[in-house]
Amino acid sequence: MKTLELGYIHINDIIIGSESKVENGVLYVDEAAVKALVLEDEFLKDVHFDVAKPGESTRITPVKDVIEPRVKVEGPGGVFPGMVNKVEAVGEGKTNVLKGMAVVTAGKIVGFQEGVIDMSGPGADYTPFSKTINFVMVCEPADSLLATDPEATLPIDNEKKPEYERAVRMAGLKVAAYLGELAKNVTPDETEVFSTPNLKEGMELYPDLPRVVYVAMLQTQGLLHDTYVYGVDAKRTLSTMMWPTEIMDGAIVSGNCVSACDKNPTYIHENNPVVHELFKQHGKTINFVGVIITNENVYLADKQRSSDWAAKLCELLGVDGAIVTQEGFGNPDTDLIMNTKKIELKGVKTAIVTDEYAGQDGKSQSLADADPLADAVVTGGNANQVIILPKMDKVIGMLDYVDVIAGGHAGSLREDGTIEAEIQVITSATNEMGFNKLSAR
Amino acid sequence: MVKEIERTGLPVVHMCTVTPISLTVGANRIIPTIAIPHPLGNPALDHEEEKKLRRHLVDKAIHAFTVDVTEQTVFED
Amino acid sequence: MSFKVVHYINQFFANIGGEEMAHVAPELRDGLVGPGLALNNAWKGEAEIVKTIVCGDSYFAEHEKEAKEQILAWVKEINPDFFIAGPAFNAGRYGYACANVAIAVQEMGIPVLTGMYQENPGADYKNQVLIVATKDSAAGMRQAAPTMAKLALKIMKGEKLGASCEDGYMPNGIRVNFFEKERGAKRAVDMLIKKLADKPFVTEYPMPSFDRVEPGKAIKDMSKATIALCTSGGIVPKGNPDHIESSSASHYGEYSIEGVMDLTEEGWETAHGGYDPIYANQDADRVLPVDVMRDLEKEGVIGKLHNLFYTTVGNGTAVASAKAFAAEYAQKLVAAGVDGVIMTST
Repeated sequence: MKTLELGYIHINDIIIGSESKVENGVLYVDEAAVKALVLEDEFLKDVHFDVAKPGESTRITPVKDVIEPRVKVEGPGGVFPGMVNKVEAVGEGKTNVLKGMAVVTAGKIVGFQEGVIDMSGPGADYTPFSKTINFVMVCEPADSLLATDPEATLPIDNEKKPEYERAVRMAGLKVAAYLGELAKNVTPDETEVFSTPNLKEGMELYPDLPRVVYVAMLQTQGLLHDTYVYGVDAKRTLSTMMWPTEIMDGAIVSGNCVSACDKNPTYIHENNPVVHELFKQHGKTINFVGVIITNENVYLADKQRSSDWAAKLCELLGVDGAIVTQEGFGNPDTDLIMNTKKIELKGVKTAIVTDEYAGQDGKSQSLADADPLADAVVTGGNANQVIILPKMDKVIGMLDYVDVIAGGHAGSLREDGTIEAEIQVITSATNEMGFNKLSAR
Repeated sequence: MVKEIERTGLPVVHMCTVTPISLTVGANRIIPTIAIPHPLGNPALDHEEEKKLRRHLVDKAIHAFTVDVTEQTVFED
Repeated sequence: MSFKVVHYINQFFANIGGEEMAHVAPELRDGLVGPGLALNNAWKGEAEIVKTIVCGDSYFAEHEKEAKEQILAWVKEINPDFFIAGPAFNAGRYGYACANVAIAVQEMGIPVLTGMYQENPGADYKNQVLIVATKDSAAGMRQAAPTMAKLALKIMKGEKLGASCEDGYMPNGIRVNFFEKERGAKRAVDMLIKKLADKPFVTEYPMPSFDRVEPGKAIKDMSKATIALCTSGGIVPKGNPDHIESSSASHYGEYSIEGVMDLTEEGWETAHGGYDPIYANQDADRVLPVDVMRDLEKEGVIGKLHNLFYTTVGNGTAVASAKAFAAEYAQKLVAAGVDGVIMTST
């Protein structure tokens, strides 16, 4: 039995000042300390911190990742293993969580696909991060990273993008781990326990319940489309298995800038909604066996191998059902369909979660690939839906890139400060792990 | 898109990495390519080698034009 | 002021008779008849049935043209704000008549609505006209009337249509976003539990089927052929002069490669936002093989490389837009005397 207890410490306010601590639900952040932590990286020149609260007239953009601060209190390893802490298996013991808040990384864009978070107004309905108090870090790339070509469409030199992406990704994780550490000795307001039996125990405990596995597809298409598992770039992995609780300790992190609406930020991995919903049914209607992770690579042979492998693991485990979730869209739709088809052909029933690109008028075919065996589909909504985001009093980050990010178009940013764009630009709007209530018919 | 062009009667050779999508959307002459970010290249090779690889793929496409097909065909090596 | 509505029903619901009276020709009556009462009541004065058109189902089936002409003439004269037909439940000819009359009235620019059971043959028209899904017998009137009345009023007031499952109409091929009561992960787990128990479940996205196109004829003599390059990989001149969007592109690019022997890093890049752009930006020939095509042209393997290429960004671009782009430039390619097209995709 693998058991993890999460201790939730509810954060009601964040105050940036000269001291770091968590006290009475307030997170105090020593600005100089976190700044020093970020600037350890030679590729970052400066960083600016700000706090955005639900209901405020505030827009954060371009958003890269969103992270929930956590800390190991008991048990082996540390959070974000292989990234911030050393590689050691996590997922058991106790972990404290700063609930109700998030670390948001922002700054000049790496590629086309960074997002917008509005803390109020119509856009706020679409992003889950309008409901968290956000500690925003706007990172400034070192001069050595900037494009020298005056005609360059994007600010960062083509060859230096990986350095910049890595620098900002690591800065976010380090700051989240630092803030989490402040809660190590704080008594949680609430606790929740998650126990997963091993295969043998599970069969004995729940002989009559259908056995269900969760197949999480991780975006791994290369720069800006990567996911890391225990520090390993997941595109270099074969499909494999994890305890669900490992994910809660930050074993999977996002290095990902696919369209903002349907990439999985680290926060959503940590709070993986499918894992949580399966735990709710575990021992009642189903026996939750574990998590299979598989990738979405750019070579067809990799797609074939990884989907074969995911189906093979389902077969080996002898499960009755599988939930499959996707990340991104376009050719990953093929990975989704391959996985679903192959798993179904093993006699395992599937339900899958995706989102749609049905055009601004909703009339187009929603996915790039299709198969009749994918007959139980949950959708996170049509990412092409156009939305008007009113001007916000305050912008954290910069509006310079609204016209070029995925979902934006020339003229998206109007002179009066409103933005007309597809909900594709909104961070996690059509999340394909089923984090939200948005759907389409 | 391939289909819309082929509707005019022009033969179309679709060169793409994700051949399952190509089959799903209805291309008729399909040449599998290297990888999504560089379908007709391989940055791991030197320039000459890479161009040779590209030539090989395009030669296959040229060949595909000359073959009468009656159903969706993937031209493997 | 309340909205003026015309209602269409058959001989049975007008209390004329059943099958034996199905031959009656169209008839125009003042005010509401039969099921119109339920609709009128639901509108609470905000809308009102001013006229009811009654037509026998067999008459419509056998004299469709004449029946339609008569009905349209009346509707034109009345000039209502809305036209509602049925509900027809599972009556096949009635459903067919409701759908076809509604479509004809819709073409006059008057908003319409009908209702029937999903297996009614008239439901085949669900992508052309808004149809409320009802039960399979008139016993379903109690549910159908308020749903139809509510949706009709929404349209009369010019409000935005909700998703099909919210507003009760049959899915019509237009995807509409809305907020569910439960989050997606819970819906997926619930759906799987039903599927595992062999209980009915409803997918949120039914898989589409695809049409096929005849393969173009083979080219006999490549050495005389003009070949054009097209790509969905977003290759554009450096600086993306036409601002083709990185995702959900609203237009395609047409660029000349007259005299261009090689796509260099200095001159070309990709506007595509869906893949790692580094490789294409370094050497766009990796996506659009201009260098090799020029060699083939020089060697006489092909007659000519067409001097224009067409480029789109496949990333997140709606299939319908991509289709429209391709259909448009395909005509240009044909007009330019191109013999074959190489399309590259990323």
